[in-house]
Amino acid sequence: MPDAPGLPPLADQFSRRYWNLAREGTLLIQRCRECGRYQFYPRGHCAACFAPDPEWVPASGRGRLHTYTTIQRTPNAEFAADCPYVLAIIELDEGPRMTARIIGKADDIACERRVHAVFTAAGTADVLPNFALASG
Amino acid sequence: MPASWSGRVAIVGAYESPRRRAPGVHPFAIQAECARGALADAGLEMTDVDGLATAASFPAEGAREMAVAEVAEYLGIHPRWVDGTDIGGAAPISHAGHAVAAIAAGLAEVVLVTYAACGYSWPYGAPDYLTYAHGPGQWELPYGPSTVATYALAARRHMHDYGTTAEDLAAIAVQCRANAAANPDARYSAPISVDDVLASPVIADPLHRLDCCVVTDSGGAFVLTSARHARSMSARPAYVLGFGEALGQVSMNQMWPFTATAAAASGARAFRAAGMRPAEIDCAQLYDSFTITVLLALEDLGFCAKGEGGKFASAGELASGGRLPINTDGGGLSSNHPGRRGALAVVEAVRQLRGTSPGVRLDRPRTALVHGMGGSLSTSATLILGA
Repeated sequence: MPDAPGLPPLADQFSRRYWNLAREGTLLIQRCRECGRYQFYPRGHCAACFAPDPEWVPASGRGRLHTYTTIQRTPNAEFAADCPYVLAIIELDEGPRMTARIIGKADDIACERRVHAVFTAAGTADVLPNFALASG
Repeated sequence: MPASWSGRVAIVGAYESPRRRAPGVHPFAIQAECARGALADAGLEMTDVDGLATAASFPAEGAREMAVAEVAEYLGIHPRWVDGTDIGGAAPISHAGHAVAAIAAGLAEVVLVTYAACGYSWPYGAPDYLTYAHGPGQWELPYGPSTVATYALAARRHMHDYGTTAEDLAAIAVQCRANAAANPDARYSAPISVDDVLASPVIADPLHRLDCCVVTDSGGAFVLTSARHARSMSARPAYVLGFGEALGQVSMNQMWPFTATAAAASGARAFRAAGMRPAEIDCAQLYDSFTITVLLALEDLGFCAKGEGGKFASAGELASGGRLPINTDGGGLSSNHPGRRGALAVVEAVRQLRGTSPGVRLDRPRTALVHGMGGSLSTSATLILGA
Protein backbone atom coordinates (compact mmCIF):
# COMPACT_ATOMS: atom_id res chain seq x y z
CA MET A 1 0.00 0.00 0.00
CA PRO A 2 1.29 3.51 -0.69
CA ASP A 3 2.54 5.54 2.24
CA ALA A 4 0.70 8.61 0.97
CA PRO A 5 -2.82 8.67 -0.45
CA GLY A 6 -3.29 9.26 -4.16
CA LEU A 7 -4.87 12.66 -3.71
CA PRO A 8 -4.46 15.57 -3.70
CA PRO A 9 -1.02 16.71 -4.98
CA LEU A 10 1.50 17.07 -2.15
CA ALA A 11 3.50 20.27 -2.58
CA ASP A 12 7.25 20.55 -2.07
CA GLN A 13 9.84 23.31 -2.43
CA PHE A 14 9.53 23.30 -6.23
CA SER A 15 5.82 22.83 -6.54
CA ARG A 16 4.30 24.96 -3.78
CA ARG A 17 4.48 28.11 -5.87
CA TYR A 18 3.10 26.29 -8.91
CA TRP A 19 0.02 24.97 -7.11
CA ASN A 20 -0.62 28.25 -5.27
CA LEU A 21 -0.54 30.28 -8.50
CA ALA A 22 -2.62 27.68 -10.34
CA ARG A 23 -5.37 28.27 -7.82
CA GLU A 24 -5.13 31.99 -8.66
CA GLY A 25 -5.43 31.33 -12.40
CA THR A 26 -1.80 31.31 -13.55
CA LEU A 27 -0.05 28.35 -15.20
CA LEU A 28 3.68 28.39 -14.50
CA ILE A 29 6.30 26.49 -16.42
CA GLN A 30 10.09 26.68 -16.30
CA ARG A 31 12.73 27.90 -18.76
CA CYS A 32 16.40 26.97 -18.59
CA ARG A 33 18.73 29.92 -18.01
CA GLU A 34 21.47 28.16 -20.03
CA CYS A 35 19.85 26.44 -23.02
CA GLY A 36 16.58 28.36 -23.05
CA ARG A 37 14.37 25.28 -23.18
CA TYR A 38 10.98 25.29 -21.56
CA GLN A 39 10.12 22.35 -19.36
CA PHE A 40 7.26 20.75 -17.50
CA TYR A 41 7.03 19.29 -14.84
CA PRO A 42 8.99 21.69 -12.64
CA ARG A 43 12.22 20.65 -10.97
CA GLY A 44 15.45 22.16 -9.70
CA HIS A 45 17.41 21.74 -12.91
CA CYS A 46 16.96 21.62 -16.68
CA ALA A 47 16.19 18.05 -17.76
CA ALA A 48 17.79 18.73 -21.16
CA CYS A 49 21.19 20.11 -20.07
CA PHE A 50 21.14 19.72 -16.26
CA ALA A 51 21.87 23.42 -15.70
CA PRO A 52 20.63 24.39 -12.22
CA ASP A 53 17.83 26.68 -11.14
CA PRO A 54 15.59 27.20 -14.19
CA GLU A 55 13.47 30.34 -14.10
CA TRP A 56 9.72 30.28 -13.65
CA VAL A 57 7.67 31.87 -16.41
CA PRO A 58 3.93 32.15 -16.97
CA ALA A 59 2.73 29.90 -19.79
CA SER A 60 0.27 31.01 -22.43
CA GLY A 61 -2.12 28.30 -21.30
CA ARG A 62 -2.71 27.47 -24.97
CA GLY A 63 -1.76 24.37 -26.81
CA ARG A 64 -2.92 21.29 -28.69
CA LEU A 65 -4.44 18.04 -27.52
CA HIS A 66 -1.63 15.56 -28.13
CA THR A 67 -3.62 12.50 -27.06
CA TYR A 68 -6.48 11.54 -24.78
CA THR A 69 -8.59 8.68 -23.47
CA THR A 70 -12.05 8.55 -22.00
CA ILE A 71 -11.79 6.40 -18.90
CA GLN A 72 -14.98 4.38 -18.52
CA ARG A 73 -13.78 2.08 -15.74
CA THR A 74 -10.88 2.30 -13.32
CA PRO A 75 -9.44 -0.12 -10.78
CA ASN A 76 -8.63 2.87 -8.55
CA ALA A 77 -11.66 3.16 -6.30
CA GLU A 78 -10.93 6.77 -5.41
CA PHE A 79 -11.56 7.82 -9.03
CA ALA A 80 -14.44 5.46 -9.81
CA ALA A 81 -17.05 8.12 -9.07
CA ASP A 82 -15.46 10.39 -11.71
CA CYS A 83 -16.09 7.92 -14.58
CA PRO A 84 -16.38 8.59 -17.40
CA TYR A 85 -13.71 11.30 -17.61
CA VAL A 86 -11.23 12.42 -20.24
CA LEU A 87 -7.54 12.11 -19.33
CA ALA A 88 -5.31 14.03 -21.72
CA ILE A 89 -1.75 14.91 -22.64
CA ILE A 90 -1.58 18.57 -23.64
CA GLU A 91 1.27 19.97 -25.74
CA LEU A 92 1.65 23.59 -24.72
CA ASP A 93 2.53 26.15 -27.41
CA GLU A 94 5.83 26.67 -25.55
CA GLY A 95 6.69 22.99 -26.19
CA PRO A 96 6.37 21.00 -22.97
CA ARG A 97 3.61 18.49 -22.38
CA MET A 98 1.42 18.14 -19.31
CA THR A 99 -1.25 15.85 -17.96
CA ALA A 100 -4.75 17.23 -17.34
CA ARG A 101 -8.39 16.45 -17.79
CA ILE A 102 -10.48 17.81 -20.63
CA ILE A 103 -13.57 19.41 -19.16
CA GLY A 104 -16.63 20.85 -20.84
CA LYS A 105 -18.03 19.95 -24.23
CA ALA A 106 -15.97 17.21 -25.92
CA ASP A 107 -18.29 15.60 -28.50
CA ASP A 108 -15.88 16.37 -31.33
CA ILE A 109 -12.67 15.68 -29.42
CA ALA A 110 -9.67 14.68 -31.54
CA CYS A 111 -5.89 14.72 -31.37
CA GLU A 112 -4.36 18.07 -32.36
CA ARG A 113 -7.49 20.08 -31.43
CA ARG A 114 -6.61 23.48 -29.96
CA VAL A 115 -7.11 23.66 -26.21
CA HIS A 116 -6.78 26.27 -23.49
CA ALA A 117 -6.23 26.06 -19.76
CA VAL A 118 -9.23 26.42 -17.49
CA PHE A 119 -8.67 27.05 -13.83
CA THR A 120 -11.55 24.93 -12.71
CA ALA A 121 -10.90 22.01 -10.45
CA ALA A 122 -12.08 18.63 -11.68
CA GLY A 123 -12.47 15.17 -10.27
CA THR A 124 -12.13 13.62 -6.88
CA ALA A 125 -8.68 15.15 -6.40
CA ASP A 126 -10.08 18.67 -6.95
CA VAL A 127 -7.01 19.40 -9.06
CA LEU A 128 -6.37 22.21 -11.53
CA PRO A 129 -5.54 23.50 -14.08
CA ASN A 130 -7.52 21.50 -16.60
CA PHE A 131 -8.11 22.17 -20.28
CA ALA A 132 -11.07 22.76 -22.58
CA LEU A 133 -11.39 22.39 -26.34
CA ALA A 134 -11.23 25.72 -28.16
CA SER A 135 -14.48 26.42 -29.99
CA GLY A 136 -14.61 26.12 -33.78
CA MET B 1 30.32 -9.32 -34.98
CA PRO B 2 28.55 -10.79 -31.93
CA ALA B 3 29.41 -9.56 -28.43
CA SER B 4 32.14 -11.47 -26.58
CA TRP B 5 29.53 -13.02 -24.28
CA SER B 6 27.07 -14.02 -27.02
CA GLY B 7 26.36 -17.74 -26.82
CA ARG B 8 28.46 -18.27 -23.69
CA VAL B 9 25.48 -18.70 -21.33
CA ALA B 10 22.39 -20.86 -21.73
CA ILE B 11 19.01 -21.41 -20.13
CA VAL B 12 18.96 -25.03 -19.00
CA GLY B 13 15.80 -25.18 -16.91
CA ALA B 14 12.38 -23.57 -17.30
CA TYR B 15 9.05 -23.89 -15.55
CA GLU B 16 5.69 -22.13 -15.59
CA SER B 17 3.19 -22.76 -12.83
CA PRO B 18 -0.07 -24.29 -14.12
CA ARG B 19 -1.94 -22.22 -11.52
CA ARG B 20 -4.15 -19.39 -12.61
CA ARG B 21 -6.18 -18.99 -9.42
CA ALA B 22 -4.58 -19.49 -5.98
CA PRO B 23 -6.73 -17.88 -3.27
CA GLY B 24 -5.17 -18.11 0.15
CA VAL B 25 -1.73 -18.97 -1.24
CA HIS B 26 1.15 -16.60 -0.52
CA PRO B 27 3.13 -15.70 -3.68
CA PHE B 28 6.37 -16.86 -2.04
CA ALA B 29 4.98 -20.40 -2.05
CA ILE B 30 4.49 -20.10 -5.81
CA GLN B 31 8.06 -18.75 -6.09
CA ALA B 32 9.25 -21.95 -4.37
CA GLU B 33 7.10 -24.12 -6.63
CA CYS B 34 8.57 -22.43 -9.70
CA ALA B 35 12.15 -22.65 -8.40
CA ARG B 36 11.68 -26.36 -7.74
CA GLY B 37 10.22 -26.89 -11.20
CA ALA B 38 12.95 -25.03 -13.07
CA LEU B 39 15.75 -26.72 -11.13
CA ALA B 40 14.21 -30.18 -11.63
CA ASP B 41 13.99 -29.45 -15.34
CA ALA B 42 17.76 -28.86 -15.33
CA GLY B 43 18.49 -31.83 -13.07
CA LEU B 44 19.80 -29.48 -10.39
CA GLU B 45 19.28 -29.08 -6.65
CA MET B 46 18.64 -25.86 -4.75
CA THR B 47 22.13 -26.27 -3.25
CA ASP B 48 23.60 -25.82 -6.75
CA VAL B 49 22.20 -22.28 -7.03
CA ASP B 50 24.77 -19.55 -6.40
CA GLY B 51 22.94 -16.63 -8.02
CA LEU B 52 19.37 -15.40 -7.50
CA ALA B 53 17.33 -12.74 -9.25
CA THR B 54 13.75 -11.75 -8.58
CA ALA B 55 11.49 -8.71 -8.36
CA ALA B 56 8.66 -9.08 -5.86
CA SER B 57 7.80 -5.73 -4.30
CA PHE B 58 4.54 -5.00 -6.10
CA PRO B 59 1.75 -5.54 -3.57
CA ALA B 60 0.50 -8.87 -4.99
CA GLU B 61 4.06 -10.23 -5.03
CA GLY B 62 4.31 -10.26 -1.26
CA ALA B 63 7.68 -8.61 -0.59
CA ARG B 64 8.81 -5.09 0.15
CA GLU B 65 11.86 -3.19 -1.02
CA MET B 66 14.40 -5.94 -0.23
CA ALA B 67 12.47 -8.44 -2.29
CA VAL B 68 15.43 -10.53 -3.45
CA ALA B 69 16.65 -10.92 0.14
CA GLU B 70 13.17 -11.89 1.33
CA VAL B 71 12.83 -14.52 -1.40
CA ALA B 72 16.36 -15.89 -0.78
CA GLU B 73 15.49 -16.27 2.91
CA TYR B 74 12.22 -18.02 2.07
CA LEU B 75 13.96 -20.40 -0.33
CA GLY B 76 16.69 -20.97 2.25
CA ILE B 77 19.68 -19.99 0.13
CA HIS B 78 22.58 -17.56 0.46
CA PRO B 79 23.61 -16.75 -3.12
CA ARG B 80 26.92 -15.04 -3.88
CA TRP B 81 25.35 -12.97 -6.67
CA VAL B 82 21.95 -11.28 -6.52
CA ASP B 83 19.87 -8.98 -8.71
CA GLY B 84 16.67 -7.24 -7.64
CA THR B 85 16.37 -4.87 -10.60
CA ASP B 86 12.78 -3.70 -10.78
CA ILE B 87 11.73 -2.34 -14.15
CA GLY B 88 8.16 -3.60 -14.04
CA GLY B 89 7.05 -6.49 -16.21
CA ALA B 90 10.34 -6.45 -18.12
CA ALA B 91 12.33 -7.18 -14.94
CA PRO B 92 12.75 -10.96 -15.33
CA ILE B 93 14.11 -10.45 -18.86
CA SER B 94 16.48 -7.84 -17.51
CA HIS B 95 17.51 -10.34 -14.81
CA ALA B 96 18.35 -12.86 -17.54
CA GLY B 97 20.65 -10.39 -19.27
CA HIS B 98 22.35 -9.41 -16.03
CA ALA B 99 22.81 -13.09 -15.17
CA VAL B 100 24.59 -13.62 -18.48
CA ALA B 101 27.07 -10.89 -17.58
CA ALA B 102 27.56 -12.35 -14.10
CA ILE B 103 28.14 -15.88 -15.37
CA ALA B 104 30.46 -14.71 -18.16
CA ALA B 105 32.44 -12.75 -15.55
CA GLY B 106 32.66 -15.69 -13.17
CA LEU B 107 30.55 -14.08 -10.44
CA ALA B 108 28.07 -16.97 -10.48
CA GLU B 109 27.71 -20.36 -12.14
CA VAL B 110 24.04 -21.31 -11.67
CA VAL B 111 21.58 -18.40 -11.61
CA LEU B 112 17.93 -18.89 -10.70
CA VAL B 113 15.51 -16.23 -11.98
CA THR B 114 12.16 -16.66 -10.32
CA TYR B 115 8.86 -14.79 -10.25
CA ALA B 116 5.37 -15.15 -8.80
CA ALA B 117 2.37 -13.01 -7.94
CA CYS B 118 -1.23 -13.41 -6.87
CA GLY B 119 -2.51 -10.69 -9.15
CA TYR B 120 -6.07 -11.97 -8.98
CA SER B 121 -6.53 -13.12 -5.40
CA TRP B 122 -4.29 -10.80 -3.39
CA PRO B 123 -6.55 -9.66 -0.57
CA TYR B 124 -4.69 -6.63 0.76
CA GLY B 125 -5.29 -4.04 -1.91
CA ALA B 126 -3.09 -2.98 -4.80
CA PRO B 127 -3.57 0.56 -6.12
CA ASP B 128 -3.06 0.81 -9.87
CA TYR B 129 -0.45 3.58 -9.66
CA LEU B 130 3.24 3.61 -10.52
CA THR B 131 3.98 6.79 -8.53
CA TYR B 132 2.86 8.82 -5.54
CA ALA B 133 1.06 12.17 -5.45
CA HIS B 134 4.35 13.81 -4.47
CA GLY B 135 7.46 14.43 -6.55
CA PRO B 136 7.00 13.88 -10.30
CA GLY B 137 3.76 11.98 -9.69
CA GLN B 138 1.99 15.03 -8.29
CA TRP B 139 1.53 16.35 -11.84
CA GLU B 140 -0.10 13.16 -13.08
CA LEU B 141 -1.63 11.00 -10.39
CA PRO B 142 -4.22 13.49 -9.06
CA TYR B 143 -5.75 13.63 -12.56
CA GLY B 144 -6.69 9.96 -12.23
CA PRO B 145 -4.58 7.79 -14.56
CA SER B 146 -4.74 4.00 -14.57
CA THR B 147 -2.43 1.51 -16.23
CA VAL B 148 -4.92 0.81 -19.02
CA ALA B 149 -5.45 4.53 -19.54
CA THR B 150 -1.76 5.24 -20.04
CA TYR B 151 -1.57 2.60 -22.78
CA ALA B 152 -4.81 3.95 -24.25
CA LEU B 153 -3.13 7.35 -24.61
CA ALA B 154 -0.43 5.75 -26.77
CA ALA B 155 -2.97 3.76 -28.78
CA ARG B 156 -5.02 6.90 -29.52
CA ARG B 157 -1.99 8.81 -30.76
CA HIS B 158 -0.87 5.87 -32.91
CA MET B 159 -4.31 5.83 -34.52
CA HIS B 160 -4.04 9.57 -35.19
CA ASP B 161 -0.54 9.44 -36.66
CA TYR B 162 -0.78 6.21 -38.67
CA GLY B 163 -4.43 5.34 -39.18
CA THR B 164 -4.20 2.27 -36.97
CA THR B 165 -7.66 0.92 -36.18
CA ALA B 166 -9.38 -0.81 -33.28
CA GLU B 167 -9.67 -3.82 -35.61
CA ASP B 168 -5.88 -3.90 -36.05
CA LEU B 169 -5.40 -3.99 -32.28
CA ALA B 170 -8.13 -6.62 -31.91
CA ALA B 171 -6.34 -8.86 -34.42
CA ILE B 172 -3.52 -9.23 -31.88
CA ALA B 173 -5.91 -10.38 -29.13
CA VAL B 174 -7.58 -12.79 -31.57
CA GLN B 175 -4.23 -14.34 -32.50
CA CYS B 176 -3.17 -14.82 -28.88
CA ARG B 177 -6.50 -16.49 -28.12
CA ALA B 178 -6.08 -18.82 -31.08
CA ASN B 179 -2.63 -19.76 -29.78
CA ALA B 180 -4.13 -20.57 -26.37
CA ALA B 181 -6.59 -23.10 -27.82
CA ALA B 182 -4.32 -26.10 -27.26
CA ASN B 183 -2.85 -24.88 -23.96
CA PRO B 184 -4.58 -26.78 -21.14
CA ASP B 185 -3.43 -24.24 -18.55
CA ALA B 186 -4.46 -21.09 -20.44
CA ARG B 187 -6.80 -18.82 -18.50
CA TYR B 188 -9.00 -18.50 -21.60
CA SER B 189 -8.88 -20.78 -24.63
CA ALA B 190 -12.23 -20.43 -26.42
CA PRO B 191 -11.71 -18.70 -29.78
CA ILE B 192 -12.70 -15.04 -30.14
CA SER B 193 -13.23 -12.83 -33.19
CA VAL B 194 -12.36 -9.23 -33.92
CA ASP B 195 -16.04 -8.43 -33.38
CA ASP B 196 -15.91 -10.05 -29.93
CA VAL B 197 -13.03 -7.78 -28.96
CA LEU B 198 -14.82 -4.68 -30.23
CA ALA B 199 -18.04 -5.73 -28.46
CA SER B 200 -16.31 -6.18 -25.10
CA PRO B 201 -16.69 -3.24 -22.70
CA VAL B 202 -14.53 -0.18 -23.29
CA ILE B 203 -12.19 0.31 -20.33
CA ALA B 204 -10.32 3.39 -21.55
CA ASP B 205 -10.96 4.16 -25.20
CA PRO B 206 -9.76 2.93 -27.62
CA LEU B 207 -8.93 -0.13 -25.48
CA HIS B 208 -11.60 -2.73 -24.70
CA ARG B 209 -11.55 -5.39 -22.02
CA LEU B 210 -10.31 -7.97 -24.55
CA ASP B 211 -7.43 -5.63 -25.48
CA CYS B 212 -6.20 -6.18 -21.90
CA CYS B 213 -4.23 -9.09 -20.46
CA VAL B 214 -5.74 -11.62 -18.10
CA VAL B 215 -5.04 -11.27 -14.37
CA THR B 216 -3.88 -14.47 -12.70
CA ASP B 217 -2.18 -15.98 -9.65
CA SER B 218 0.89 -17.75 -11.01
CA GLY B 219 4.59 -17.61 -11.62
CA GLY B 220 7.55 -18.94 -13.53
CA ALA B 221 11.27 -19.51 -13.21
CA PHE B 222 14.32 -20.36 -15.29
CA VAL B 223 17.93 -21.36 -14.67
CA LEU B 224 21.00 -20.07 -16.49
CA THR B 225 24.51 -21.48 -16.51
CA SER B 226 27.67 -21.34 -18.60
CA ALA B 227 27.56 -22.94 -22.04
CA ARG B 228 30.46 -25.11 -20.88
CA HIS B 229 28.21 -26.90 -18.35
CA ALA B 230 24.89 -26.49 -20.14
CA ARG B 231 24.95 -29.74 -22.07
CA SER B 232 25.32 -31.79 -18.91
CA MET B 233 22.09 -30.27 -17.56
CA SER B 234 19.85 -30.04 -20.59
CA ALA B 235 19.49 -31.93 -23.85
CA ARG B 236 18.32 -28.67 -25.46
CA PRO B 237 20.00 -25.62 -23.92
CA ALA B 238 18.68 -22.26 -25.11
CA TYR B 239 21.76 -20.12 -25.66
CA VAL B 240 21.57 -16.39 -24.93
CA LEU B 241 22.74 -14.76 -28.15
CA GLY B 242 21.75 -11.16 -27.46
CA PHE B 243 20.40 -8.86 -24.78
CA GLY B 244 19.63 -5.17 -24.41
CA GLU B 245 17.67 -3.00 -22.01
CA ALA B 246 16.53 0.61 -22.04
CA LEU B 247 14.52 3.13 -20.05
CA GLY B 248 11.84 5.45 -21.36
CA GLN B 249 9.66 7.50 -19.02
CA VAL B 250 7.40 6.84 -16.06
CA SER B 251 5.19 9.96 -16.23
CA MET B 252 3.21 9.92 -19.48
CA ASN B 253 3.74 13.68 -19.88
CA GLN B 254 7.45 12.88 -20.35
CA MET B 255 6.94 10.36 -23.19
CA TRP B 256 8.58 11.60 -26.35
CA PRO B 257 7.66 10.73 -29.03
CA PHE B 258 4.37 9.20 -28.04
CA THR B 259 4.30 6.38 -30.59
CA ALA B 260 7.76 4.94 -29.99
CA THR B 261 9.16 3.21 -26.93
CA ALA B 262 12.42 2.20 -25.30
CA ALA B 263 12.09 -1.05 -27.25
CA ALA B 264 13.80 0.65 -30.18
CA ALA B 265 16.96 1.00 -28.07
CA SER B 266 16.77 -2.33 -26.21
CA GLY B 267 16.05 -4.18 -29.43
CA ALA B 268 18.90 -2.55 -31.34
CA ARG B 269 21.26 -3.41 -28.48
CA ALA B 270 20.11 -7.03 -28.42
CA PHE B 271 20.42 -7.45 -32.19
CA ARG B 272 23.87 -5.83 -32.18
CA ALA B 273 25.07 -8.13 -29.40
CA ALA B 274 23.78 -11.19 -31.27
CA GLY B 275 25.10 -9.99 -34.64
CA MET B 276 21.62 -10.65 -36.05
CA ARG B 277 18.78 -8.91 -37.89
CA PRO B 278 15.02 -9.08 -37.22
CA ALA B 279 14.55 -11.28 -40.32
CA GLU B 280 16.64 -13.98 -38.62
CA ILE B 281 14.15 -14.36 -35.73
CA ASP B 282 11.90 -17.42 -36.11
CA CYS B 283 9.40 -16.57 -33.34
CA ALA B 284 8.87 -13.99 -30.64
CA GLN B 285 7.31 -13.66 -27.22
CA LEU B 286 6.27 -10.01 -27.13
CA TYR B 287 4.99 -8.48 -23.93
CA ASP B 288 1.22 -8.29 -24.26
CA SER B 289 -0.07 -6.38 -21.28
CA PHE B 290 -2.33 -4.76 -23.87
CA THR B 291 -2.70 -5.17 -27.61
CA ILE B 292 -1.03 -1.80 -28.23
CA THR B 293 2.05 -3.03 -26.33
CA VAL B 294 2.58 -5.72 -28.97
CA LEU B 295 1.93 -3.37 -31.87
CA LEU B 296 4.51 -0.85 -30.68
CA ALA B 297 7.07 -3.61 -30.07
CA LEU B 298 6.64 -5.00 -33.59
CA GLU B 299 7.58 -1.60 -34.97
CA ASP B 300 10.23 -0.58 -32.45
CA LEU B 301 12.07 -3.92 -32.66
CA GLY B 302 12.21 -3.60 -36.45
CA PHE B 303 9.85 -6.41 -37.51
CA CYS B 304 7.93 -3.83 -39.57
CA ALA B 305 8.23 -0.12 -40.27
CA LYS B 306 6.94 2.50 -37.83
CA GLY B 307 3.23 2.88 -38.42
CA GLU B 308 2.86 -0.52 -40.14
CA GLY B 309 2.21 -2.60 -36.99
CA GLY B 310 -1.55 -2.56 -37.44
CA LYS B 311 -1.37 -3.80 -41.02
CA PHE B 312 1.22 -6.43 -40.02
CA ALA B 313 -1.14 -7.82 -37.37
CA SER B 314 -4.29 -7.62 -39.47
CA ALA B 315 -2.57 -9.39 -42.37
CA GLY B 316 -2.02 -12.48 -40.20
CA GLU B 317 1.76 -12.13 -39.96
CA LEU B 318 1.63 -13.05 -36.25
CA ALA B 319 0.15 -16.49 -36.91
CA SER B 320 2.22 -19.67 -37.05
CA GLY B 321 2.42 -19.41 -40.84
CA GLY B 322 3.18 -15.68 -40.81
CA ARG B 323 6.42 -13.74 -40.82
CA LEU B 324 6.65 -13.59 -37.01
CA PRO B 325 4.65 -16.05 -34.90
CA ILE B 326 4.21 -14.54 -31.44
CA ASN B 327 2.99 -15.52 -27.98
CA THR B 328 2.60 -19.13 -28.95
CA ASP B 329 1.19 -20.23 -25.58
CA GLY B 330 -1.57 -17.61 -25.65
CA GLY B 331 0.57 -14.91 -24.03
CA GLY B 332 -0.60 -12.59 -21.32
CA LEU B 333 -3.70 -11.73 -23.31
CA SER B 334 -5.12 -15.26 -23.01
CA SER B 335 -2.90 -17.60 -20.98
CA ASN B 336 -1.14 -16.09 -17.99
CA HIS B 337 -0.31 -12.67 -16.57
CA PRO B 338 0.15 -12.68 -12.79
CA GLY B 339 1.91 -9.31 -12.75
CA ARG B 340 5.17 -9.41 -14.69
CA ARG B 341 4.80 -11.50 -17.81
CA GLY B 342 8.55 -11.38 -18.55
CA ALA B 343 9.43 -14.60 -16.72
CA LEU B 344 6.70 -16.54 -18.50
CA ALA B 345 7.69 -15.11 -21.87
CA VAL B 346 11.23 -16.46 -21.36
CA VAL B 347 9.84 -19.87 -20.36
CA GLU B 348 7.67 -20.06 -23.49
CA ALA B 349 10.59 -19.06 -25.73
CA VAL B 350 12.65 -21.91 -24.26
CA ARG B 351 9.75 -24.36 -24.69
CA GLN B 352 9.33 -23.28 -28.29
CA LEU B 353 13.02 -23.89 -29.05
CA ARG B 354 12.72 -27.33 -27.41
CA GLY B 355 9.52 -28.22 -29.25
CA THR B 356 7.53 -28.46 -26.01
CA SER B 357 5.21 -25.43 -26.13
CA PRO B 358 1.79 -26.19 -24.61
CA GLY B 359 0.23 -23.96 -27.27
CA VAL B 360 1.20 -23.73 -30.92
CA ARG B 361 4.31 -25.80 -31.73
CA LEU B 362 6.25 -24.24 -34.57
CA ASP B 363 8.31 -26.29 -36.99
CA ARG B 364 11.74 -26.46 -35.35
CA PRO B 365 12.43 -22.76 -34.73
CA ARG B 366 16.14 -22.02 -34.29
CA THR B 367 15.87 -18.52 -32.81
CA ALA B 368 13.42 -16.84 -30.45
CA LEU B 369 13.18 -13.23 -29.30
CA VAL B 370 11.73 -12.34 -25.91
CA HIS B 371 10.69 -8.77 -25.32
CA GLY B 372 9.48 -7.16 -22.10
CA MET B 373 7.80 -3.80 -21.60
CA GLY B 374 7.26 -2.58 -18.05
CA GLY B 375 5.29 0.16 -16.35
CA SER B 376 3.45 2.58 -18.61
CA LEU B 377 5.50 1.83 -21.73
CA SER B 378 8.31 2.83 -19.39
CA THR B 379 11.01 0.18 -19.54
CA SER B 380 12.23 -2.35 -22.02
CA ALA B 381 14.36 -5.51 -22.08
CA THR B 382 15.02 -7.71 -25.10
CA LEU B 383 16.58 -11.18 -25.13
CA ILE B 384 17.55 -13.24 -28.18
CA LEU B 385 17.82 -17.02 -27.70
CA GLY B 386 19.14 -19.67 -30.05
CA ALA B 387 18.76 -23.44 -30.07
